[in-house]
Amino acid sequence: MEEKIFKALMMAATMIIVVSLFMIIVAVVKRGLPAMSWDMVSKIPGGGFYIGKEGGLLNAIIGSLYIVIGSITLGLSFSLPIVLYINLYLPEKSRLAQFTRLSFDVLFGIPSIVYGAFGFTLMVYLGLRSSLFAGILTVTFLIVPILIRSIDEVVRRVPKEMMDAALSLGATRSEIIKPILRQVAPGIITAIILSVGRGIGDAASVLFTAGYTDSIPTSLSQPVATLPLAIFFQLSSPIVEVQDRAYAAALILTFIVLVLSLAGRYYSRKFSKNKI
Amino acid sequence: MIPNLLRIEKHIDSPTEKFKVMKESQNQVAVDQIFKTKPHISVRNLNVYLTKNHILKNVSLDIPDKAITCIIGPSGCGKTTLLKTFNRLLQNSVDVKIEGEVLVDGVNIHGKDVEVENIRKKMGLLSQRPCPLPMSIFDNVAYGPRIHGTRNKRKLYEIVKNQLEAVGLWEEVKERLKAPAIRLSIGQQQRLCLARGLAVSPEIILGDEATSALDPIATTKIEQLFLSLKKEYSIVLVTHTLRQARRIADYVAFMYMGELIEFGSATEIFTNPKHQLTRDYIGGSFS
Ligand SMILES: Nc1ncnc2c1ncn2[C@@H]1O[C@H](COP(=O)(O)OP(=O)(O)OP(=O)(O)O)[C@@H](O)[C@H]1O
Ligand SMILES: [Mg+2]
Repeated sequence: MEEKIFKALMMAATMIIVVSLFMIIVAVVKRGLPAMSWDMVSKIPGGGFYIGKEGGLLNAIIGSLYIVIGSITLGLSFSLPIVLYINLYLPEKSRLAQFTRLSFDVLFGIPSIVYGAFGFTLMVYLGLRSSLFAGILTVTFLIVPILIRSIDEVVRRVPKEMMDAALSLGATRSEIIKPILRQVAPGIITAIILSVGRGIGDAASVLFTAGYTDSIPTSLSQPVATLPLAIFFQLSSPIVEVQDRAYAAALILTFIVLVLSLAGRYYSRKFSKNKI
Repeated sequence: MIPNLLRIEKHIDSPTEKFKVMKESQNQVAVDQIFKTKPHISVRNLNVYLTKNHILKNVSLDIPDKAITCIIGPSGCGKTTLLKTFNRLLQNSVDVKIEGEVLVDGVNIHGKDVEVENIRKKMGLLSQRPCPLPMSIFDNVAYGPRIHGTRNKRKLYEIVKNQLEAVGLWEEVKERLKAPAIRLSIGQQQRLCLARGLAVSPEIILGDEATSALDPIATTKIEQLFLSLKKEYSIVLVTHTLRQARRIADYVAFMYMGELIEFGSATEIFTNPKHQLTRDYIGGSFS
């Protein structure tokens, strides 16, 4: 009896979540799909785009991809060394390591608008205009806590025996990084998927820093459009057609996240076959 | 202690002198051991504390060169800890304090200028639980040679093949060298780890129950391998099976509660143990 009640409760919880998520997707598809067209994903906005005329969202699609690829690359090139340092080079109960973990936990919870404001301040301080570079930088700040904390969790769970095995063969501490990375590769991919999800969908962090433009930037110092801002601006338009395009943009965004997640899972599976 | 050691080194050719020197030191267990050659590993008054617990208590021991030394003793007596001290693996874990000396070829491994990688390369340690690296069977064996600079593909293949043949695994895996090592059975993993250790051509092999997961036939094969390896290597094996020690040991060290109770030639320990505890253990009164 008890067993059955718990099972029913768990089922109910699952259903509520799945159904509401499904409804969001349905709403996005229902309004977005009619507004979708080949132009939407292949053209940049034309002159009358914002009153519902010709053009597409290519500027925002490319912009978002630029930002997310740039910030993941930049983020990883900081996060990996930090995680490896606190796990391999600091003693197990090191204060510094504990402090680092705690600070990234806190940073994790800070709303993205604060990162946006911080990025903006930094930008002004450095004398930069809103640009692709400033956007990448801000989104990097936003996702580094996610990258570090989720990679840290998997690196911490690397079996000590495995490291000992490599060390016994005469490997130096930097030489055991390779087997460790192989072991945690699936975890790194999960971390990347999570960060892509947060980074690509976030409007507040790019609002002041990346700017918005109808063209595709050709250098890091030019402003760049992003999908979340495309959604934001078009949703606030009084014209229904434009609003529908916001849903189309949301659909594209969802689709990109979906594709990246699937690719991530594919590689994650591929890499985890050697995992011990 | 240190002056004594120096004298041992200096008068190595003179057994009587060595005998006298050894007599002088209280903690010398192997008093009547006069080795044909210099000991490969000399442990002097070794005390190890793990998280403030006194694990190894004043252990002094000479591991002879080119022979099989078996370390026996009940579970938890510190055998693994002793082996890990030899290649300085303990330092990686929390809160270790080590006193005393471990000399390998006369060099204190805890000395200042000692490169820990060189010590580890000299010793192949096979851990109690086999632990493959997260890579293919081939890459596991090739890992050591690769980090020590062997890049040539043909040469790597040669090494991998030879070592896998030596441990009797080649026939079983030659078709799937690219398969993940984790898919091997535990017994196969144990042999893989042995092959991996041998591939860096160590001088000393430290085996922590290297045959615990093997069936009698595979065990015999590995024992044969150890017997043939002792022509070139010094071998230290921790074993729980006294029969295995009887079969292959040249020397036996009996440990109990972190202390080295008795050390001597296998014949001596098995036929005429001096210490009551050793007699009880050999006789099977406790295990
Ligand atoms: N990190 C640690 N902190 C405190 N005590 C430890 C630690 N590691 C091991 N010990 C203790 O040290 C003692 C010796 O352990 P060790 O692993 O060397 O035993 P062993 O002789 O190899 O036993 P077995 O035959 O079961 O493998 C044990 O009592 C164990 O509980
Ligand atoms: Mg043990």
